[in-house]
Formats: sequence, structure tokens, C-alpha cells
Amino acid sequence: MKLTGKAYKFGDDVNTDLIISGRYKFSTLDMKDLAKHVMEDVDPDFSRKVEPGQSFIVAGRNFGCGSSREQAPLAIKEAGVVAVIAPSFARIFYRNAVNVGLVVLEGDTGNIEEGDRLEVDLEEHLIRDEAKKTEIRIKPLPEIMVGILSEGGLAAYFKKHGGFEIS
Amino acid sequence: MRKTIAEKILGSHCGKEVRAGDIVVADVDFVLAQDGTAPLAVRAFREMGGREVFDKDKVTFIIDHNAPSPNQRVSSLHKTMREFSREMGFSLYDVGEGICHQVVMEGGHALPGGLVVGADSHTCTYGALNCFSTGVGSTDLAAALIAGKLWFKVPETMKFILKGNLPAGVYSKDVALYLIGERGAEGANYKAIEFTGELINGLSLESRFTITNMVVEMGAKVGMMNIDEKAREWMREHSSPDISLHPVEADAGAVYEDILEYDLSSLEPQVARPHRVDKVSSVGEVAGQKIDQAFLGTCTNGRLEDLRIAADILKGKEVHPEVRLIVAPASRKVFLKAMKEGIITVLIESGAAVINPGCGACVGTHAGVPADGEVVISTANRNFKGRMGNANASIYLASPATVAASAIEGKITDPRKYIQKTEDRGQGTENKRIDSK
Repeated sequence: MKLTGKAYKFGDDVNTDLIISGRYKFSTLDMKDLAKHVMEDVDPDFSRKVEPGQSFIVAGRNFGCGSSREQAPLAIKEAGVVAVIAPSFARIFYRNAVNVGLVVLEGDTGNIEEGDRLEVDLEEHLIRDEAKKTEIRIKPLPEIMVGILSEGGLAAYFKKHGGFEIS
Repeated sequence: MRKTIAEKILGSHCGKEVRAGDIVVADVDFVLAQDGTAPLAVRAFREMGGREVFDKDKVTFIIDHNAPSPNQRVSSLHKTMREFSREMGFSLYDVGEGICHQVVMEGGHALPGGLVVGADSHTCTYGALNCFSTGVGSTDLAAALIAGKLWFKVPETMKFILKGNLPAGVYSKDVALYLIGERGAEGANYKAIEFTGELINGLSLESRFTITNMVVEMGAKVGMMNIDEKAREWMREHSSPDISLHPVEADAGAVYEDILEYDLSSLEPQVARPHRVDKVSSVGEVAGQKIDQAFLGTCTNGRLEDLRIAADILKGKEVHPEVRLIVAPASRKVFLKAMKEGIITVLIESGAAVINPGCGACVGTHAGVPADGEVVISTANRNFKGRMGNANASIYLASPATVAASAIEGKITDPRKYIQKTEDRGQGTENKRIDSK
């Protein structure tokens, strides 16, 4: 499976309050509403700039640190971001992203620039930066997470399998 | 094989020998969610086809993040939680009962050797009770509600050996901030931590909770401590008297990813500066910074001992006229004890606004949202931009003593000038109740 789109760059330690602020997330389950405010305190125009299905968040280290709010990956997904790419993710965010069916990719994002066109090859574990003509290796997910992601998230996975399947 | 605490507890909950790096499906002993995460968990529970929870005595919901409800939309989410808990027959701690982590520990739901998941990142607090406890999201929580199991990666463990006794005016919050400053926000990402050493042994349980509460601020999955007589005493007094304890200790020779030793006998009060928890300096470096609001509370520092330390400093003094001091006790039990001890009277007489137990001011939902350009000093665990509800405000994190001293002076202040030389109470190195036995 291949994903393509444009890179939107963010720095290190983007926390869950920056992804979706507590002033919005505690009062609604309407993800379309939350998606309008995604990344707002870092880039107020982000939700308007994103081209749904054609955009990547490309971040620095420890993306998603902070709270356990699943609204963070859900709001990113609802905004139309196809994947988040970062050298490392905070633990709870990483798990939540996979559970809600948001693709998260661990790789070296240092040379990717804002606006670069990227192609992600999930089978080959590679990101191709078309502007830089470079390839970046991505770390494969654990098998159980591949299983969850391939069902579109944990809810569908759990319903299908009736539990967790590990070898 | 010689094992860490994490390897032993996850192993005992999946019925096989495990080592760091293994992926296991383990039985959980208790499951909790709060009003920021439970409504989504209920939705996921339905989507998964859930009909009942795995064990109604091992589940609870807590309404603390937005309590009492500030608006209709939140009220409707709270109603969803109440209806779901009634339908399923499990308990719910409603408005005013307290912050989830405090009520779970007070309720005897987090036990030594146990495995607890909570849809709140500070679930890691119960590690001080030797309980492997960690934060998860709403969908993971829904799966645990149905199955009573969840998948885990057995974490590698970092061992922190903390030496020395803390000087007067320096507290476990200062230890937590110092260690986070040293290690960084990602310094223990995905790892379990084991805390040992004479410094930990000398701390009261309430002080230990402050340290394990904050391990997630360096990315850790959990921060574990051993059970000693002080811990047993705390559990006898605060949780169910008939609890059976099965504490787990690491084997000598267990494999650690890292072993770090710190001698903190000359530690100074610490402050985390905006907008990062790991941007830590000694109080002296930021002393004099004008503040508009001071906040004493949260799952980090809203316990009786914390309120007592602040009251000792504020007794007979007044909060600076240009500062609002907001106090939120961690739970109803804490609130009542603080009233009986006269602590609440002292705080209110000094000018504090005492609000009901809950998380509101810390998470920016209500009850203390700062204005643009304002500066807050808080006993909370996070100072992220926007955390208290306004991205144009700045938050400093510090101990209850530093917050109280700063509230008096209207600027960030080293609390040691307010600490009596013959300090005989507080977080320091003794616990009067135990020592008097």
C-alpha cells in the first residue's frame, strides 16, 4: 500500500495539548468539530491548509507526549492527515493512533522540508522524498499493531477477533 | 532468569515467563476512566459489540476533569457515563469525590503486585504502591472493559537509585522536577522505572506519589517502588483494612537498561519553566518573576501533606493582593481531613479560593483559566502551552511550598525563607505516624 501527499513540518515534543487543546476536547465527541482545532496552538491555519487524504504531519522527536486523550490522533485523522511521521513517538499516543486507524511511522525526518511531496511505501517500509530524491527507512510496527491497523483500528479488530491474537 | 518488577508482574498476569521486549496479553486487576476519556470508551465499547463489563467490581468511572459540569455539552457526556455505569452495575465516583488517581488509591483499587490500566496518562501514580499501572486511550480501555485483558509490550526497566536526605524546604516535587530536567521529556519513553534508595525510603507515601505521578513526563510507562512498612501503614489507613498484599521486588541481578544514581542531599527547590516540564532550573534562577495566579492541587500535589505544607507557610499571612490563589484538594477525604485539621481555615483566611476536588484548573476546562499574558505558578505536572486553557498564558511548576511562598510575595519565591529551622512536619524525611510507633 502506498500513501502520497505533502509534508507539513512540526518540531520536537509536540504534546497532546498542542494537538487538541483541553478547552475543546473535554466537551464533545464530535471529531469533525475537534478537527477544526487540530494543531491550532502551533499553527492556527493548519486545519484549513490540510488537503484531506494528501497530507502528512512530519514532526520531530517524541510526537504526542502528554495525556492519554485519544481525541489527539482522532482529530488528526479526521482532519484528513494520512500519516504522522516522526523519529519517535510518545508511548500512549503511538498506541492510540494505531487503535483509531491513524498510520504512524517512525523514521528520520530531519531532511524533510515543509511542502515536500512524499510517497510512503508501507510494504517496503520506505518513505520517498520526491523533492530531495531520497529514501528514508521506517521502522516496522510490531505484528499485533499491523493486525490492528489493517482492520482500520482496534474496535473493528476486536469485534472481528473477539480478543487479541498474538503468536 | 532474574527479573525486574515489570517482568514479574506482567508475567504473573499472563501466566508465563516473560522478559523485556515480549508482547503479552495480560489480565488486568482494575480498569478506570475519567470524564475526558470515558465517553469515547463507551462509544468504542458499543462499536466492539460489548454487552457487559468483565467484572463489575473491577471497573470504575470518575467525573473529575470537568466537575461540576460547566456547560450543557459536558453535562450530556457526564450523563452518558452515569447511565453506562448504572446499566453495567459498576461504581462511579461523581462530582466532588475527587481526582481519579486519589480516589482509586484511597478506594483500595490499586494493590501491590497488581496490574491496572486507566484512561488517563497519570495512572502511573500507583507504582508507588507497587502496582504496575499505566495510562491507555479510550479504545484500549474499552477492550479491557470487555475482555479484562489487554496486550502489553513488557518494558525495559531503568533503575533510579536516589541517595541522601532532602534539606528543609525541598520536597519530592523538587526531586521529580530535577530528574525530569536531567533526563528530558523523552528520557524514559516506553520504559518502566524502579525507584530505590534511602531518599525514597525516607519519604512519606504522599510524597512518593508525587514522584511516580510524574514519570510519564519523561515518557515512562510506570514508575515502581517497593512496599515497606510505611506503605503497608498507608494502605491500612487509606484503603480497605482487609486487603491482602502481594508485593513484588526485583531480583538481584535483574537486567536493567540503565542504572542511574543521584545524591540529592544538596538539592534546591526546583521550578519548571514555560512551556516544558523538562525545562527545569533552581528556584533562584527564576525568583522575582511576577505571577498573577497560584494553583495548589492536582493528582501531583493536592494531598493532605501538600495542603499542610502550604498552610504552614501561609498561616497568619496574606496572599499578595495581585495574585489569585486557587486551592483544589485532591479528594473529598483529603478535603474533610484538611478541614478538621484547620488547614482549610488557614488557607481561606490567607485569601485562597478553595474549590471542590477535581482537575479543572490543571487541564484548562474551567475553575481558573488565566488571561492572555498572565503567569501562573502551579503544583501540577504539566505546563504545556495552553494547558490551563489559554495558549497565551505561561505556567511554572513547583512544589506546594514554592507555590505558597510565591503567592504571598506575588512573584516566584524561594520557600526556604518561610521554613522554620526546626521543621517537624511535612514531606521531609520523616513520617510522624510511623515513627511514633
